[in-house]
Amino acid sequence: MNDWSRIAPQLLDATGETLYMVGVATALTVLLGVPLGVLLTITAPGALAPHPLLNRVLGLVVNLGRSLPFIILLVLVAPVTRGIVGTTIGSTATIVPLTIGAVPFLARLVETSLREVAHGKVEATLAMGARRREVVRTVLLPEALPSLVAGVTVTVVALISYSAMAGAIGGGGLGDFAIRYGYQQFRTDITLATVVLLLVVVQLLQWAGDRWARRLATS
Amino acid sequence: MIELSDVRKVFPARRTAGEVVALDGVSMSVARGEFAGVVGPSGSGKSTLARLVNLLERPTSGTVTVDGRVLTDLDAAGVREARRSIGMIFQHFNLLDSRTAAGNVEHPLELAGLGRTERRRRVADLLDLVGLADRHASRPAQLSGGQKQRVAIARALAARPSVLLCDEATSALDPASTTGVLELLRQVRAELGLTVLLITHEMSVVRAVCDSAVLMSEGRVVDGGPLADVLARPGSALAAQLVPAPATPAVGERGGALVLVTVTDATPHGAVLQTLTAELGLSVEVVGGSVETVAGRRFGRLLLRVEGDDGRLDPALARLRAGGALVERAAAGDPRPQPDADDAPRPDREPDVQRLADAPDVQR
Repeated sequence: MNDWSRIAPQLLDATGETLYMVGVATALTVLLGVPLGVLLTITAPGALAPHPLLNRVLGLVVNLGRSLPFIILLVLVAPVTRGIVGTTIGSTATIVPLTIGAVPFLARLVETSLREVAHGKVEATLAMGARRREVVRTVLLPEALPSLVAGVTVTVVALISYSAMAGAIGGGGLGDFAIRYGYQQFRTDITLATVVLLLVVVQLLQWAGDRWARRLATS
Repeated sequence: MIELSDVRKVFPARRTAGEVVALDGVSMSVARGEFAGVVGPSGSGKSTLARLVNLLERPTSGTVTVDGRVLTDLDAAGVREARRSIGMIFQHFNLLDSRTAAGNVEHPLELAGLGRTERRRRVADLLDLVGLADRHASRPAQLSGGQKQRVAIARALAARPSVLLCDEATSALDPASTTGVLELLRQVRAELGLTVLLITHEMSVVRAVCDSAVLMSEGRVVDGGPLADVLARPGSALAAQLVPAPATPAVGERGGALVLVTVTDATPHGAVLQTLTAELGLSVEVVGGSVETVAGRRFGRLLLRVEGDDGRLDPALARLRAGGALVERAAAGDPRPQPDADDAPRPDREPDVQRLADAPDVQR
């Protein structure tokens, strides 16, 4: 039982892998999810650029992505993952399903945030002779920023939970570690240690995200 | 400067509501440099009218011309270009909370593609103009309602417009801030030679700043013109709202004929009293009266009770009218004298207001 000197560095490595997966997936998710959320918002009826068909199609895609349990999604997108990364095992490969799972999630949160921006602000800006894309860039996104940051924080936390789930199929990181050492070798102490680590990571991220959002809202 | 010609705006039926005719064939024109008001009960279409002038709302039919340009003929790029010369302020200010006061004023200048130094200089000038030079770094949340509307005015003037649209711009302000904002509007109109179209439901605002006004009801213009003319016009629905006639006593309270005298700078009422008392020897008593300053001129109404009429009153009144005095017979129990009630629509009848009360929601 007294093998913690051997396990601790591995636990550290696993934490690093989790942060790497979640970090890259977050960056990709923001890159894809925010534009998708903007499109969802502005193509809605009565919005900035109404387009009922596109709006319905996007809504359907997003709902599909949101309704699939992540563990199913992992298996489902395996061919895509293999196509992009060359393998389905390991933390780099896990980034693909993580991103695919989180983009619809963030897109909905972005849509909710942007819808909260008073329409009067949009109208006032249109009355200045602004283009629609200028309205998105100078009004919708900046006015919703505190709420968007909060949305990204929620997404990051969800990504950590997804990444731990990916461990079940050899995705690397803390989840993988907990399954291989804690579950398969009946080491409850290792499972507990990974849980504590996950909790600390989530707490830190949530705290940082809340702080950032608050600073934006009050500055 | 602003010319609406036979403009109709119909909001199509939705699941929650039937078709709404917001504007039903409106024609009006505002001269360069004029301070024009549009009044009417809620749901009468006056806000829609303002939003047509910069094409935030496209008319279903009819044309909108501003400064010689037929906006309704322009493509999207042309409309954007035209909007730069039409400033607009709103009831709820619509400032961006993510920007400071200076940042808000800078916004239209950024959109117009002005350079940074040029923008900074212009923003400083504008905040100075509206009396907020010391609040340039304040966020909207830190400003009072009146200050927010001043920032909004500075923002609306940033791109040097020739027209300023004010959509219920003082309706969310307390009386002191309203006075301040109206004074500012008058000042910038004079200094910059703006044409102002002001939408409001407050008659006091029209009295304070407007040169002319139109009264709207159920999507139509029912009365209007230069205020001095409107007030001197007998039976004008707009005049009756601008300076309400004194309440007449209940029917049968006392005998005698009621005579309403309209007092303006040009038509002093001395001659009327002189004729009735000295010439006809009638007993005249003042029942009520009110005096307002409208468009910078004194204007009032005087309700007289005349007793002892032996048939000479009507010819005498006709003679006075021919001489330029504004006198009419009023009936007891009548809320307002309506000498030609048959052809003068009464826009403020309650049932109409009720029926259209929820129209703005539908429009949104």
